[in-house]
Formats: sequence, structure tokens, C-alpha cells
Amino acid sequence: MPNTISSASTPLAIHIDQLSYKYHKADKTSFYIPNWQVTQGEQVFLHGESGSGKTTLLNLLAGVLTPQSGDIALLEQAFSTLSSKKRDKFRAQNIGVVFQQFNLIPYLSVLKNIQLASYFAKTGNTQIEQYAKALLLALKLPTTILQKAANTLSVGQQQRVAIARALINKPKLLLVDEPTSALDAASRDAFMTLLIDLCKQHGITLVFVSHDMHLQQFFERSVNVTSLLKEEGSKC
Amino acid sequence: MLVSLAWSSLASRRKSVILTFLSLLISISVLLSVEHIRQQAKESFNRTISDVDMIVGAPSGQLNLLLYSVFRMGSPTSNINYKSYETLKGSSLVKWAIPISLGDSHRGFRVMGTNNSYFEHFKYGTKQPLTFSSGQPFNALFEAVIGADVAKKLNYKVGQSVVIAHGIGNTSFTHHDNTPFIIKGILSPTGTPVDKTIHVSLNAIEAIHLSPAKQAKLLNNVDSVNTTPESITAVMLGLKSKFSTFKLQRDINNYKADRLMAVLPGVAMTELWQMMATVENLLRIIGILVLVSSLFGLSTMLLASMAQRKNEIAVLRVLGAGPSVIFSLVLVEALILVILASAAATALLSLTLWLLGDWLGATYGLFLNANMLNVETLKVIAVITVAAIITSAIPAYEAYKNALHSSLGAKN
Ligand SMILES: Nc1ncnc2c1ncn2[C@@H]1O[C@H](COP(=O)(O)OP(=O)(O)OP(=O)(O)O)[C@@H](O)[C@H]1O
Ligand SMILES: [Mg+2]
Repeated sequence: MPNTISSASTPLAIHIDQLSYKYHKADKTSFYIPNWQVTQGEQVFLHGESGSGKTTLLNLLAGVLTPQSGDIALLEQAFSTLSSKKRDKFRAQNIGVVFQQFNLIPYLSVLKNIQLASYFAKTGNTQIEQYAKALLLALKLPTTILQKAANTLSVGQQQRVAIARALINKPKLLLVDEPTSALDAASRDAFMTLLIDLCKQHGITLVFVSHDMHLQQFFERSVNVTSLLKEEGSKC
Repeated sequence: MLVSLAWSSLASRRKSVILTFLSLLISISVLLSVEHIRQQAKESFNRTISDVDMIVGAPSGQLNLLLYSVFRMGSPTSNINYKSYETLKGSSLVKWAIPISLGDSHRGFRVMGTNNSYFEHFKYGTKQPLTFSSGQPFNALFEAVIGADVAKKLNYKVGQSVVIAHGIGNTSFTHHDNTPFIIKGILSPTGTPVDKTIHVSLNAIEAIHLSPAKQAKLLNNVDSVNTTPESITAVMLGLKSKFSTFKLQRDINNYKADRLMAVLPGVAMTELWQMMATVENLLRIIGILVLVSSLFGLSTMLLASMAQRKNEIAVLRVLGAGPSVIFSLVLVEALILVILASAAATALLSLTLWLLGDWLGATYGLFLNANMLNVETLKVIAVITVAAIITSAIPAYEAYKNALHSSLGAKN
């Protein structure tokens, strides 16, 4: 557990402390973040040039990758030090994730895709279908889409379904990696407005990754990954 | 949920899955049928004869004698004297003796000459005697008793008259048109070659081989021609005491007045098994190899699918599925295929056996139970399932590894 010096009134959604990560043991330089905090309910725009490590950071936050040293605490709870099983469960229950592409299992229906998220979270929610419908409506999708196979949807529809699925377990943290790169400008802006509105409405902490600086306008806080990273220098 | 996910995943890869399924179906069918036939053949052969202590015939192989006298397979090479039968019957060691005379057939069914001691003493299964479902034993020259299958197949009823032809086979040139037989009795089903046999008296066998002139004479007056046989095919013996078995066997084999050979059914049966064991094991090995190759096919199919499923696995991971869930998902896919293939193979074999049952019985004396749902089948399926789990652990582990390293950024 990182010592929570910032005993401020607003609880933290993300607290990174001395995080260091290498893809391969032999790598000379490691990915290192001395300290980073995001308060709950905040929407953060994370940008940086290609290869700067945005996706890597998101993977670490989602617990798909685990740091070699240092801590990540999420929602005021130890996260990166949990056993992988507990981490998987924590992720299923508290974190919604949307990737750049391939968010849905192509051969399953939209409903099945959404149900799967709820199944792994083991929330025992019996009202998924209703809630999914409500989410789809909020995302301006017709509810008839539920029965369609995921691979019959357009890219824009798929991304919105992915958002709906990420929200189905009422997560407190939403991690989104460049979801708009396949969308045209108009649908991209519509998508962003919807996403920000939904997060604000539900008090969800959002970390949104993109290299498209145009999207910065939708966020209150904007962070460049490169500014987070510090070379770990001689500590090889 | 996992099963339904696995099922959808299989359904999305229909083509390769169906091919794999067919390969599994064939190999499991081969293995199951080898095992089933092995089991059933043994059972069916073992129940064919019971309580007969000795079979005496002309010298040939003991297996040969067993096959034609009991299973009605093949044909006798030579006969023994009728007098020898009478001598044997009179022996102080012998409790009963059943003479049999083979060589004729009627519309594909063997005709066997014997006497009433057959219905009295012959036993099958676990010492079950022959019983009549209708009618009674023959007592006149031109009377016959038929097995249950003969009655069913040819739709013969008690009291009906039939014509018996000479020689084995469905079509023969010399029909004994002049010697019609009356069906006197029908035996209850036994599940042995008895069901496919037409029983007549020894004298009747003589009578149908008489010259037409003599036959005509005989038909006018039954006592006008001597129909006492000169030779018969074999004699089945029941002894008063089992202890005298070897002494009697030695005496018979050394008998001076006729060339005789005595075999013990149990010993001959064992020789039959030993001969069959080689074939059995060979079939079994082939079956296992075929199964192994199709299980490798299954695991290759799953392994090949891994590349295209990287993204799918990443999605499942991020939804909270642990690597172990991904591992089991692949195993469940393999199990679904194997279990479905096993069920289909069982059904297919049951159907085939049900359809071929009569033919197998008639041609090979094999009476197989068409019901495949028995403990043995389940055991084989359990072994297959375990083997499937072992082989599909390879792709499952690959998926597991994939899951461990899958991360959001994977864009391939
Ligand atoms: N699976 C991996 N194995 C080894 N190195 C990796 C792997 N994924 C990323 N990297 C390296 O880590 C660094 C950061 O990559 P990352 O994917 O986080 O960049 P990014 O900021 O998301 O880029 P982009 O905007 O193109 O998506 C890069 O130098 C990349 O080569
Ligand atoms: Mg990236």
C-alpha cells in the first residue's frame, strides 16, 4: 500500500508510486513513473506521440501487465500487489476497458458480449438486459441491436457497444484507448460528448488515451505521458 | 456460460470444427466397435454351448470340429460311423449322447439331423435347456423343428409343410421336391446358432439323399426303405463324471474300429480365443492409433485457431477472465467435440448393429447386442475423454500463455 500522504478530502482513483516496468528483462531502459495521481470522478486526457507508452500505462492500470517494482493503488485499494486472480476479479468488477479496436467477440451477439462482462464480474445482476438497453439508448443505439452478431455492426456502433459493455458493471474507473481512430470527425465528436456525459452522470473516473490533440477540448485535465515518465537513469 | 461461449466459438469456426468432428466420429466409432464386437463376440460364443463335456468327430483340427458342430461354420471334412455313436452312447462313462449330421441347407439356413436327445440334453448360455415356443419335438420321418429365427424369417408356422434342398447355400440345383417336411415345433429364441437351424431326424437326412425311385417308394410306405444312417458328422457327449473326461478322451482318440477325435469344448474355445486375441489386439492397436491421430487433429485445429483468437482472448482477459478460464475454455471446446462425437458414434453403431444383426448372426454366428449403452462403452468413452483432455492441453496451454501476455495494444 502506498502511504497516502495526500489525506485530502477527495479520494484517489489512481495512485502510482515509483512504478517501474520492462517488457523484457533484457531491456536497458525501463518504463518508470515516480508518482501520478488521479482523483475519483476526474476525466483525464492522456496524450503523447506514438510509442511513448500510453497503451503500456493503460495495460498497467488495467492489471493486464504488472509492474516489476512500485505500486499502483486503485480506488484507495492496493491493486498491483494483488494476486493475479484477485486482480482479475477487481478488474472485472471495478474497471471498464475499451480498446482501439477488437472490443467485441465477433461471433457473439451484442447481448452475449455484454452479458459476458457481467458474468466474469460475478455481480449476480439479473437485470442486465434492461440495463444494457438503457445504456444503448443513452449511447443512441437502437435496442434491436442486442440480438445482432457483433461482427455485423459498423465500427462506430461497435465502439459504442464496447462503451456500453464497459459500463455494464457500473465501474468506478473507465480506461479507454484511442477508440475514435476509426471514426470520422462528426461521429467522433458525438461519441466523445456521449462518453463524457455518461462518465459525469455516473461519477466515473475516466482515463482517455489518444494522440489526437483535437480531443483535448473535451477534458478538464490533460496529461502528456512523456512528462510522467522519468528515465530511471543509471539504475539499470 | 463457459459452455455456451465455447459452443458459440465452435459454431463460428464451423467448417474446420465439422471436419474435426467427423474425424473424431470415425475414429471413436472404430474404437468402440472393436471393443464392442470383442466383448460381444466372446459373450456370444461362450453362450453357444453349455454342459456339453465332449464333442466327437472325424479327426481334423479341434477348432474345426468345434466350428462346424457348434457354430455351424465351415463344413465337416469326413464323417464318423453311426456305429461309433452307438458304442459311445452305450459307454458306461457316458450319461447322454447327441448325434448330429450336417451338410444340408434350406433357404440359407442349415439343416441338422439329430434325434430327440438333442432337445432333451443340449444346453446353451448358463445351462439353459432348449424350450419350444410352439409345437413339440419331431417324432416321424418327415417332421422338422425349426429355430426361432428360421420361423421369423421364413414365416413358417407349426403344421406347415416345407421342401428341403440338398447342399449348402440359398440356391442349389437338386431340390428334394419329393420329400416335404411338416413343421412340428418352433424353438424359443436362444441367441445362438440354434435359432438359425432346421432340425430333422437322422433318418430324414438319409431319406432326402435317396435316389428318386427309392424316395417315391418311401413316400408310399415309410417302412419300405431302411433309412438308418451309416454315418453322421459328430456326437456331443455328456459324462456321468467329469473325472472320467481325460480317460474317455484318450480311449476315443485311440479307438480302433473308427477314426475318431474327441475335443473338450472349453479347451477348443480357449484355442479360439488365443487365435482371436492376436487379431483382437491388432484391431485394438489400429483403433487406438486412429483415435490418437484424430485427437492430434483436434488439437491442431484448436492450436491453429489460436492465432485468430488472440484478440478474443485479450477481450476475455480484460473482462476479468483469468488465464485459467481461457485454459478451460479451450478444454471445454475439445470436450464438447469429443463428447458429441462419442454420443454420435454410439448411436451410429447401435443403429448399424441393429440393421446388420441378422446378417452377422447368419454369416458369422455372431449374435451382437445392438445396445451400445453399457459399462464397457462408457469405460472406453471415459478413456477417450481423458486422452482428449491430455492432447488438448497443448492448445489450452497455448491459449493460457496467450492470455498471460495478451495486452490491450495487440493490434494484429
Ligand atoms: N508487447 C510488447 N513487447 C515489447 N515491447 C513493447 C510491447 N508493447 C509495446 N512495447 C514497447 O513499449 C513502448 C511503448 O509502447 P506503447 O504501445 O505503450 O505506445 P503508445 O504510446 O500506445 O503508442 P501508439 O500511440 O502507437 O499506440 C514502445 O517502445 C513499444 O516498442
Ligand atoms: Mg497505443
